[in-house]
This record gives sequence, C-alpha cells and structure tokens, in this order.
Amino acid sequence: MSLDKILFCFFAALAVGSAVLMVTRRNIVHSAVFLITTLLATAGIFLQLGAEFLFVVQVILYVGGIMVLFVFVIMLVNLDVSLRIPQFNRQRWIAGVLALVLGAQVFLALWTGRGLLSLPPKRLAELSPRNTEAVGQALFSTYVLPLEIASVLLLVAMIGAVVMAKRRV
Amino acid sequence: MAASTIAPDYYLLLSLALFTIGVIGVLTRRNVIVVLMSIELILNAVNINLVAFSRYWGSVDGQVFAIFVITDAAAEAAVGLGIILAFFRNRETVLADEMDMLKW
Repeated sequence: MSLDKILFCFFAALAVGSAVLMVTRRNIVHSAVFLITTLLATAGIFLQLGAEFLFVVQVILYVGGIMVLFVFVIMLVNLDVSLRIPQFNRQRWIAGVLALVLGAQVFLALWTGRGLLSLPPKRLAELSPRNTEAVGQALFSTYVLPLEIASVLLLVAMIGAVVMAKRRV
Repeated sequence: MAASTIAPDYYLLLSLALFTIGVIGVLTRRNVIVVLMSIELILNAVNINLVAFSRYWGSVDGQVFAIFVITDAAAEAAVGLGIILAFFRNRETVLADEMDMLKW
C-alpha cells in the first residue's frame, strides 16, 4: 500500500466520520467543531490531489472565516432549551430513507461504470507544479468575467448580511 | 508532486458519501444552523469532485470552479446567518419546524 493510498484512506475516513458526527450531535457547538474537522480533512484531500492553492483557500477561508462566523452566530442564538428537545423533525425516517435511496442510486451508477471512468487520453495527467500561478493565470485570463461577477456577488452578500443583522433598518 | 495512483472512482465515492450525509442533515435536523452547516458540507463534497476531475484532466479549470463554489458558500453563509439572527430576534427560535408563518 503506497503512501498515497494511506493518506487518502486516512483523510477520507476522517472526513466521513466527522461528517456523521456533525449531523448526529445534539450540541451544535460540537457539530461546528466536527464540521471544521471535515473541512480540514477535505483540505488534506485537496493537497493530495495537487491543488495547493485550494488547500490554502480552504483552510483560511472556510475554517478561518466561515466557521468562525458560524460559531459566532451559535454563541448569539444558543438556547439551553434546544439541548433538551428532540433534534430531529417528524419526517426524519422517510427523509433519511429517501436520502439513502438517492445515495444508493448514485453509488449503483458509479459502480456499474467504474471501469469506464478512467479517462483514456490524459490519464494521470500532471498538473503544472506551480499550482498557484496556474490558477491565477486561469482566473485572470479565461475566467475574468466570472471573477468580476463573483466580486459583485460578494458585495451584494456583504450588504445583505449587514442589513439582515441590523437591529433597525 | 508525486503522481497520484488512486482512481477517480474513489474520490467520487468519498464525495458521494459526504453529499448523502449532508442531504440527510438538511432533511432531518430541526436546528436551522445545523441545516446551514449541512449545506456547507454538500458544497464541499461538490468541490472534491471538481478538484478530482481537474487532477485527472491535468487542467486547473476545475480548481477555478471550486474557488467560485467557495465564494458562493461564503456569500450564502453570511446572508443565511444574518437571516437566522433576524429571525431569532423576532421569534426567539432557531427550529425549522417552527418557521411556519406561511403555512395555514
């Protein structure tokens, strides 16, 4: 078993295990911590796939930015009563079964096509070793219009968040 | 950077597992904050797919798309948490099944 496979199995098991714990924990602060673990494990998967820039973005933006925002809001709205009431809603059984059926369908599709998935011409193609430079080139040449639209989206989201969180508009 | 020896199937299976867990979380949890966190988990599962295929085509396009997905996730989290705060101030609850003002 190569180091690559060991790393993949480790990060995959960490991600799936903490995702399950995230959904099932009663205390939402624990849920947030397990989601952070899942996101860090995913960052490890990115690193293993050779996406160094995305690894850094994942750690700084997701774990350092979005999750801190989540924890702040949890602290603001955390109710002690919410720990004592049922955590799952009335449709939990049918919803869970339907979600598992959806997962089983996609799994079946992946399983029947598992040999066809090895992309023939450029299998295991090497990415540029200078990953950040390549991503920057793509962002500012091919994808410059989507990049500008994304900046407008972030501006709208910023204004929206401020307006929503204000006491008196 | 060593060549990855793992077939893309395994990344798709990992992504599928995370996606299914996220869907279960969205559909069954009562706390809206956990529902939002499950949506983040789903977006993250999508990112694994994009990066895996970017790796196997040898182009960075998938990684650029993953960056846009992360941007969307940030925007969604900011606005969603703002809505949750505003709702909590008005109704003193964060439970999804008590948000039923539009039902009759």
